[in-house]
Amino acid sequence: MMNNWFKSGSPWIWMTAGSVSVALIAVLGLVALIAWRGLSFFWPADIYEFHFSDTERQTIIGEIYERERIPVTRLSDAGVDISQIDGEFVTRYLVKIGNRELVPLDFTWVLEPNVVRLETPKDLVVLERSRNGNFYGYLHDVLENGESVVTGGADIKVELRKRMERALELRNEAESISKGPIARINYELEQLRLDRRRLELNNSYTEAAEAEIQAQEEALRAEYREVEQTLFAVRAESERDGVIMIDMRGEEVRMSMNMVLDATWSNDMNILQKWGYFFSQIGKFLTEDPRESNTEGGVFPAIFGTVFMVLLMSVIVTPFGVIAAIYLHEYAGKNSITKLIRIAVINLAGVPSIVYGVFGLGFFVYMVGGTLDQIFYPESLPNPTFGTPGVLWSALTLAILTLPVVIVSTEEGLSRIPSAVREGSLALGATKAETIWRIILPMASPAIMTGLILAVARAAGEVAPLMLVGVVKSAPALPVDGNFPFLHLDRKFMHLGFHIYDVGFQSPNVEAARPLVYATSFLLITVIVGLNLTAIGVRNRLREKFRALEH
Amino acid sequence: MITVNTENKLDKIDVNALSEDEIALSIRDLDLYYGETQALDGINMDIPKGRVTAFIGPSGCGKSTLLRCINRMNDLVDTCRVDGEILLHGDNIYDRNVDVAALRRKVGMVFQRPNPFPKSIYENVVYGLRLMGVNDRRTLDEVVERSLKGAALWNEVKDRLKESAFSLSGGQQQRLVIARAIAIEPEVLLLDEPTSALDPISTLTIEELITELKSQFTVVIVTHNMQQAARVSDQTAFLYMGKLIEYTDTNSLFTTPSMKQTEDYITGRYG
Repeated sequence: MMNNWFKSGSPWIWMTAGSVSVALIAVLGLVALIAWRGLSFFWPADIYEFHFSDTERQTIIGEIYERERIPVTRLSDAGVDISQIDGEFVTRYLVKIGNRELVPLDFTWVLEPNVVRLETPKDLVVLERSRNGNFYGYLHDVLENGESVVTGGADIKVELRKRMERALELRNEAESISKGPIARINYELEQLRLDRRRLELNNSYTEAAEAEIQAQEEALRAEYREVEQTLFAVRAESERDGVIMIDMRGEEVRMSMNMVLDATWSNDMNILQKWGYFFSQIGKFLTEDPRESNTEGGVFPAIFGTVFMVLLMSVIVTPFGVIAAIYLHEYAGKNSITKLIRIAVINLAGVPSIVYGVFGLGFFVYMVGGTLDQIFYPESLPNPTFGTPGVLWSALTLAILTLPVVIVSTEEGLSRIPSAVREGSLALGATKAETIWRIILPMASPAIMTGLILAVARAAGEVAPLMLVGVVKSAPALPVDGNFPFLHLDRKFMHLGFHIYDVGFQSPNVEAARPLVYATSFLLITVIVGLNLTAIGVRNRLREKFRALEH
Repeated sequence: MITVNTENKLDKIDVNALSEDEIALSIRDLDLYYGETQALDGINMDIPKGRVTAFIGPSGCGKSTLLRCINRMNDLVDTCRVDGEILLHGDNIYDRNVDVAALRRKVGMVFQRPNPFPKSIYENVVYGLRLMGVNDRRTLDEVVERSLKGAALWNEVKDRLKESAFSLSGGQQQRLVIARAIAIEPEVLLLDEPTSALDPISTLTIEELITELKSQFTVVIVTHNMQQAARVSDQTAFLYMGKLIEYTDTNSLFTTPSMKQTEDYITGRYG
């Protein structure tokens, strides 16, 4: 009976299907976990008010981050008074209380037995701020020039929103001034300084040149003063309004409206409003710059940096890999040296990525970059231009890292092309090069795309080598901007993978950053999947075009 | 016994005594080795102009190898070495300074399996012309129409020239490949078992086409199908074990073979 079952091959099917299921469940489970924890970060959390006494005002206001059951003995070991606690286990809450400027720690533990009442008042509000994180409390007063405008009542929300939006608009205006004209003027001033230095080095720094540069500098400075005036005016204007909050100690806290980014009465939201808030938070996360050393705000520069670097890498690695594969497969003699080279190439894929980072730093940054600086940018020395980690060197380093993948896939694609097609082309009087260019390469393009897909998947997730050759915690400017030559390949950049590491493990408040880590991880996965899906889409179109090679 | 169709045959000529201007190709003392193995041994023959010559013989006799020598396709095989001469217009194509690509433009070839390129029907036909740098739209259009008519394919594809060549059936693909070969107007057309991958009806169409092609080209066909050789060729060469056993006009070869081996083969005693 059992024997027959074994002979029938069913156990084999069960085993193989089981392996697939395990792999699938592992992957889906991981993605689901990251997605759940990442996305719940954007959901408006209930704000709780913990009352510790019926008679006195002893409260804590905040979001519950975590609930855990712990043995009472552990508390007594830690020196906590456990006289009022019965039973062996006790529930403990981790509460985010925010208000970072008022309390030493914006997280606190609360023991459940100590809580007399737990409420979620509808008028509790959380203010998202540009400094010091969230503020939890009750809205008391809206101010204009220090004078109260509205106190309490239903109108106060409307008034706050109106003034908040005004301040936000002014804030954005100020930001666009400092990122636009001011950044441009600074850039141009720096270019002028370099021009002068270049002329000095060439010994052609004449008085006429000096006068011209000075005139330009003067014009720029004048423009700068003008823009600065506007900026100051806008900033002053944005500080006109203020708000008075009542915090959990029951004290009034004043703050300027220009640091309030958003106000949410999350206890007073219906499900539709919650979904609206959820999506607007995701939108902000994707499009805004990070704040407060990356622990708040969005990750746009990191998304941009990751995608830009990967695209740059693809542009570099594809031609190199394809050309190398063509040589190995079409031209190199079929002897042991070729075999050796092929084995070496395949093994390159197994070298730890940090080794590539070290190589990139030594070879690209110091040697190539240093030489480039001496030849092309002597005027800015001793400040390095290319002789310092940057996005170009990162892309090149990852290109080397992923080169074997592209070579191997391309070679496989080349060997799959039926020799009949090659012979057909040669028999029509094509040379080998013409055959490769007109027939072989187009037919191998799906395989090249496969190589590129694998390369992108590998490169987008790689962090270790980048830490040596170009990634930074916070880059002042994107590698692409409006200043000539628009593409600044020498600049350092931000990367989602490094952002995860930085936020999760290098930030001052790891507890606060944990949801952000999940959210960023989920985003990184999404970006990689997105890049891959694009490449797969292109590949499938190519495949369709060159379909039916297998008669 | 094989019956030889005489309707479409040209007048019988003595292939072993051709005059200078009747010869398209001369093969002289041709030996060919794959590594240590000798595949062709002392082949000597003249292939007449404007006629269909068939190579027959059992598998592995070297008939395809001999065909592939004529446009130097054997160069692609690393271990292949050729001694002897093949003369085209009196010049040895195995001379050191011969431009192989130019040679292949003069000696076109069609393979066993249809091998269209992954391009449109139109682009398949003009491939050879584009290689020569012809990009004038009107010239290309004319060549496409002429070649496809010449390959008896025009009526079937004239409305879908921009479609992929893969959308054609196997027989149509093979005719497309023939059209592609004749588009660059070669002098000699080599057909390497052109119907072996096709159904009987497509085979018939291609055979009729071959008979028509000889008015413009010298055709050399390799076939393992003796009936086919009898149907389409004017003269037939029988190869056995890398040697040319008998080479004479098709009628004589199939009705009164002079060699014992030829007789054994065509009567089906081996093969």
